[in-house]
Amino acid sequence: MIAVATVLAVLVQSPLGSAPASAASVLIRGGTIHTIGADGVVAGDVLITDGRIAAIGSNLAAPPAAEIIDAAGRVVTPGLFGGVSHLGVEEIGIEPTEGDYALALGEMRPEFDVTLAFNPNSASIAVNRVGGVTFAVLAPTAEAGSGDQPGGTIIAGQGAVVTLDGNVSPAGRALFVNLGGDANALSGGSRAAQYMLLRQALLEVRAPDRLQASDERLLTPLGRQTLLEFIERGSPFVFDVDRASDIRQVVAFARREKLRAVIAGGAEAWLVARELKSADVPVLLDPLDNLPASFDKVGATLENAARLQKAGVTIAFSFRDPQAYNIRKIRQAAGNAVAHGLPPEAALAAMTRNPAAIFGVADRTGTLEVGRSADLVLWSGDPLEVTTLAERVFIGGQAIPMRSRQTELRDRYLERLRRGAAR
Amino acid sequence: MKLLTCLLALACALSACASKPEKPEKSGAPSARAAGAEPYPSTYRVPQRPPVLIRSATVLTGTGARVDAADVLIVDGRISAVGSGLAAPDGAQVIEGQGRWVTPGLIDVHSHLGVYPSPAVQGNDDGNESTDPVTANVWAEHSVWPQDPGFAAALAGGVTTLQILPGSANLIGGRSVVLKNVVSATYQGMKFPGAPQGLKMACGENPKRVYGGKDKFPSTRMGNVAGYRAQWMEAQEYIRDQQEYEKKVADGDEDAEPVKRDARLDTLAAALKGEILVHQHCYRADEMATVLDMADEFGYRVSAFHHAAEAYKIANLLAEHGVCGAMWADWWGFKMEAYDGIEENIAMVDAAPGGCAIVHSDSEEGIQRLNQEAGKAMAHGVNVGFAIAPERAITWITANPAKSLGILEHTGTLEAGKMADVVLWNANPFSVYALADQVYIDGALRYDRAHPPAAPDSDFSLGQAATAGGARP
Repeated sequence: MIAVATVLAVLVQSPLGSAPASAASVLIRGGTIHTIGADGVVAGDVLITDGRIAAIGSNLAAPPAAEIIDAAGRVVTPGLFGGVSHLGVEEIGIEPTEGDYALALGEMRPEFDVTLAFNPNSASIAVNRVGGVTFAVLAPTAEAGSGDQPGGTIIAGQGAVVTLDGNVSPAGRALFVNLGGDANALSGGSRAAQYMLLRQALLEVRAPDRLQASDERLLTPLGRQTLLEFIERGSPFVFDVDRASDIRQVVAFARREKLRAVIAGGAEAWLVARELKSADVPVLLDPLDNLPASFDKVGATLENAARLQKAGVTIAFSFRDPQAYNIRKIRQAAGNAVAHGLPPEAALAAMTRNPAAIFGVADRTGTLEVGRSADLVLWSGDPLEVTTLAERVFIGGQAIPMRSRQTELRDRYLERLRRGAAR
Repeated sequence: MKLLTCLLALACALSACASKPEKPEKSGAPSARAAGAEPYPSTYRVPQRPPVLIRSATVLTGTGARVDAADVLIVDGRISAVGSGLAAPDGAQVIEGQGRWVTPGLIDVHSHLGVYPSPAVQGNDDGNESTDPVTANVWAEHSVWPQDPGFAAALAGGVTTLQILPGSANLIGGRSVVLKNVVSATYQGMKFPGAPQGLKMACGENPKRVYGGKDKFPSTRMGNVAGYRAQWMEAQEYIRDQQEYEKKVADGDEDAEPVKRDARLDTLAAALKGEILVHQHCYRADEMATVLDMADEFGYRVSAFHHAAEAYKIANLLAEHGVCGAMWADWWGFKMEAYDGIEENIAMVDAAPGGCAIVHSDSEEGIQRLNQEAGKAMAHGVNVGFAIAPERAITWITANPAKSLGILEHTGTLEAGKMADVVLWNANPFSVYALADQVYIDGALRYDRAHPPAAPDSDFSLGQAATAGGARP
């Protein structure tokens, strides 16, 4: 894994390679700073030195040769979380050769690690980071087979936190499990069988002595080792599930099996908010999810986020569809949650501190606190507002060039349009 | 049925209820609707309501104007006036609009509500007749399920009119229908009176993937174009044969053989004659240019290109042809032909002299917040130097879609005499926090945020245990 991280760190040079080197220090002066940490909202300055946040306060002195950015009338937040995504493992949604997120061996393979397919040069990365997204969870997806073609199983595999400068962080590992009606085709046609399969897998991991050599097994030796590591390290099992009764089953199952559970989807989570709160199970939800897209989501409502937050459940935002392209839209979704009752600071936390904590990277990112990696965004105004744009983005203290394939296309054709060509 | 509609509308004047029945008397054999009459006609009726005066709001008229501290007067379901110091007629309901904004009702030119409804189970999957690349004979309205909970969610987002299209699997997918976003047990009760139908056509990847994948024609973009052209040629012949027959009849030829009627060619002939408006799903600039040439070849007009991810590359060409681009604010990448989508697309189409930009949804989520999508497009346009004020951006979701649907004379702006399709917003509608406080369709209050209905509009959502506890859409 260390080797992988090193290779990726080298690859990272290419997307940012053409950018001028950042000054050793950057002083962002006179903005409204939402730290999402202990300092709350600060009217003042942020000093970045050597890639980290060196100070937050008012009238900070600029070190020699520091770049000074006037943030008057602007807003600074931690870099945003783009949710569960196929970022960098899917170039074109429906092209089978351009996606690496789905394992279709027809076998349960928790050892499948999608992060090994991550392409830090994927066009989606720059597109979304100039929109203020600095980290996301790269996740596999299990898809059903068809005809003679095998599909996946309810355990889609492993993912991890990626930062949008192209690093895969081995600290933020998570295992993705699909449950409920959408996963019926992965579990022999019934959601009831999903717990049977999970229990069998856990039995193979925890009580190998009870198995005879001739017993049919779900897992490979590597799969057993992977699951054991997740259990022992308390790494998150992300259960994609929506129906209230299924969420209740997951909470009970995770308690019994001593797994750290995270609910993803959670359209009806508000109906079981009390149970989620008492079991300390967080929910990754799509705030725009308000229609009964299936009989698992009959209770979907725009007030899901507000109701869960009010009940004390930890929430983070993620689009239901783990697409790679438009995760920059997450702050619009957050703004809609605010329009439907969620306090604005809670909406920001659901895109910063909370997901960082859920995925085990809160010591590095997700808040603006001295010593944290300087992953932050300077916004033209309220970051939840659709008419606000990201003006500057820093990841690890490095100024991200505010360019992407889309800005290149824009500039080429703007020039033609203004000449009267564009035809 | 008529009585039931009136009861549901709650304020139907007795005289309207007592008006003459449409159906023939029961006695005798039922007779076919008269030749040439519209089949499946609209049964929507404007409910009678007292006048409404919204006072002192910020008004975006949809004509490109913004009027601050203006009053909007609605009388008999029509816009009566927009101005200051308007007097409230007797019995008018007066609403203080201070701090609030008024716009025309929003119009979505591209929706599949009802044909791809929620829940998205197989039994409800009625949007694509993907059994033949040309199904000009099908009508989307015959698939519309009026109980789709998405209609009410769209209404809460200010959508008063929407075009329901067949899907894009086919080269020629069938006829669309334009609906008023009102509660009805039948689609006829939602049909926008007098709105022309549309014809859904599709460029690019979808038809060639769907049929190429079955080893059928077409499997390439050149196959797509050959497919459309063959149809137009046949439709031209059909028109010629009909004209010849009519001429013979006019000349007194009693043996003249009428042309055999064909539902597919009826649709295509009507599109060539401009009676049905062509809406073509087309992402790439080069394919849009091909379609424009094809329209010239066969002498018809394209009303709008839908999705049009690359419209910005040919913004002037579209403007010269008077063709609207119906676009998303920021979708891209989910397929190869969407790879070049950019956030300035809408603003660039708008910026071309005479350009007609539309924000469309093609999504049960997006239709709930067309105003926010327009807000994003506006911000990205302003960012690259276009002067786009809210009074301009509102035309992308009101007047321009109305124009492309052929209903601008009826709705889409707040000009006196038009249908009173009106949204009262609690804030600037281009804010993420803005919510529709009230939505009027033909002067009747159809959504009131302060007084949500005790039960959901959709029969599907009614009595569902999981929605108990006040879950609103």
